[in-house]
Amino acid sequence: MAFLELDHVSKRFGGHVAVEGFCLSVAKGEFISFLGPSGCGKTTTLQMIAGFLDPSGGAIRLDGRDLARVRPARRGLGIVFQSYALFPHLTAAENIAFGLEMRGVPRAEREARVRDALAMVGLAGYGERHPRRMSGGQQQRVALARALVIRPDVLLLDEPLSNLDAKLREDMQIELRQIQRNLGTTTVLVTHDQTEAMALSDRIVVMSKGRIEQIGTPHETYERPASAFVSHFLGKTNEFPAEVRPNGSGRVLVAGSCRWPAPAGPSGAVTITVRPEKVAFADGTADGLAARIANRIFQGNHWLFQCETECGAALVVRQNNGERQPAEGEAVRLVWRAEDMGLRRGGEA
Amino acid sequence: MTATAATTTAAPPAAAAASTSASAQRAPWALVLPALALFVAVLVVPLAMTVLLSFHNWGQYTGIEPVLVLKNWAEIWSDGYFLEMFVRTFRIAALATVLTALLGAPEAYILHRMRPPWKGLFLLVVLGPLLISVVARTLGWALLFGGENGVANKGLIALGLIDRPLPFMFTETGVVIALAHVMMPFMVLSVWAALQRLDPQIENAATSLGAGSLTVIGRIILPQIMPGILAGGIIVFSLSASAFATPAIIGGRRLKVASTLAYDEFLNTLNWPLGAAVAVLLLLAIVLIVVGSNALIERRYAEVFR
Repeated sequence: MAFLELDHVSKRFGGHVAVEGFCLSVAKGEFISFLGPSGCGKTTTLQMIAGFLDPSGGAIRLDGRDLARVRPARRGLGIVFQSYALFPHLTAAENIAFGLEMRGVPRAEREARVRDALAMVGLAGYGERHPRRMSGGQQQRVALARALVIRPDVLLLDEPLSNLDAKLREDMQIELRQIQRNLGTTTVLVTHDQTEAMALSDRIVVMSKGRIEQIGTPHETYERPASAFVSHFLGKTNEFPAEVRPNGSGRVLVAGSCRWPAPAGPSGAVTITVRPEKVAFADGTADGLAARIANRIFQGNHWLFQCETECGAALVVRQNNGERQPAEGEAVRLVWRAEDMGLRRGGEA
Repeated sequence: MTATAATTTAAPPAAAAASTSASAQRAPWALVLPALALFVAVLVVPLAMTVLLSFHNWGQYTGIEPVLVLKNWAEIWSDGYFLEMFVRTFRIAALATVLTALLGAPEAYILHRMRPPWKGLFLLVVLGPLLISVVARTLGWALLFGGENGVANKGLIALGLIDRPLPFMFTETGVVIALAHVMMPFMVLSVWAALQRLDPQIENAATSLGAGSLTVIGRIILPQIMPGILAGGIIVFSLSASAFATPAIIGGRRLKVASTLAYDEFLNTLNWPLGAAVAVLLLLAIVLIVVGSNALIERRYAEVFR
């Protein structure tokens, strides 16, 4: 059952198409991320849901009712802005109470709900502080509490964590997910950070140039990217030019000195894609892509190898699990399981 | 500060260190000397001389006598005429300030909301008058409302809307309106600067929480630009209270304020010591009001200024 529905939504600014044919239905309680590089239309889409921009075409429905004629102030959405947009002349508690006041919630209930909201984001006792006397992380929490205290139908998060440092960002991700699960608020997050999108969301909408590239669970979009764009935007991917040739009765996939039985699908020039962590090293006698280690980089919990293969450069990631790892300059064979390999029509990446 | 710290840590031989640090201490003074000399010559010395002058004696036939008496100050203190002048001066300045705030703050907000090509154009329209002399701008009002010959008065009479010229010249209302007009750019600039500091998403944030546009302006925008309005108010007030050209042209001899009074004492009565006392009192009063209100504002809006 779709709770929030975007039906062929588009937005044009003059001649420039910002969003085109955006279709998505979000279930109640779901956590959805719009993921893409800057300028892909993700923030524009969020602004249309919020009502700050009018769609050029299509419809946005919330719980079955069309939002086109509903003013932003009446949509009942909670929004956390990238800059937090806290009211600097009001205290944290007054900031959080603002939305309740606008809804005419009586004072006693207002105070109780503000107290609960502050406690929920771990800021109990900070109510009397002014935003500019708080750290970035604390301001972020106030903004979240302010958006959630009105018990919104949908929570919209516009790059809420991008102004925090890496450690704090990780903590906030976990906390945000926890709070969202507890409250069961339908949430839409806009981000350009793929790890953030994967860590938080039930489903990811990968966007590029105003269009949806793929909608799927984090696992799906990572393991089975629908397009070259998605596979490059989510994590790293090795690509090798290859060819599918007829071979007697069947067909065979050939890349350099390697051959595999060809899966059903394209023939002729193709590209093999395989994630760096799915590649293993085998010794020189094994049947695999011949390679030489150009660089090996230690990254704590894993090793990163830059290899020169007979089919171009490749990246390999191996866990630092105590096994012997090849040294720089060593000749190796790269092997992977057939099911970890993707195939795309066309020779060059 | 930095220069001394650098030299004390950098040069090991004691003698060399002493000489470099001495010259390093002289260098900043040498650099500010020209400006300092100008400041002392054209501001501090004349000001001190004016203060001294206000204690001198003056007689119809004796002229200025370089003695120290409190005669002028006693006269200002005891004669109600001077009190009236000062009350009028500050009443006019306060009304002009309120008028610029009431018109200038909304004007700046509208400018702020405009889209790019118009924004720049109208900002130029607002600030352009600063390029024209105050005398020329004030004379414009005299041309419009100068008795029977004023263009606006003539037109309104011809249209039958009024039967005698609007009383503008030599009235307090006229001086207030002309001053507000002349000072408007300062208020708009000051509020404009405050608006630039607003988070561009702040209105959207308030709207998303259910606030209507009037609530957004009253509860969110206005409190945040209040320091700008008050700062603009201080500028407009002090410039209006000490303004000379506008009250001289619109108010003339019939409606004197403190600055035109001092001018008359200097150039017509030739009672320089009394004129000096009036000028010094005006300066002191303005400084006190400005410093006092500035301190109040800074304390009140500490959170917004951070």
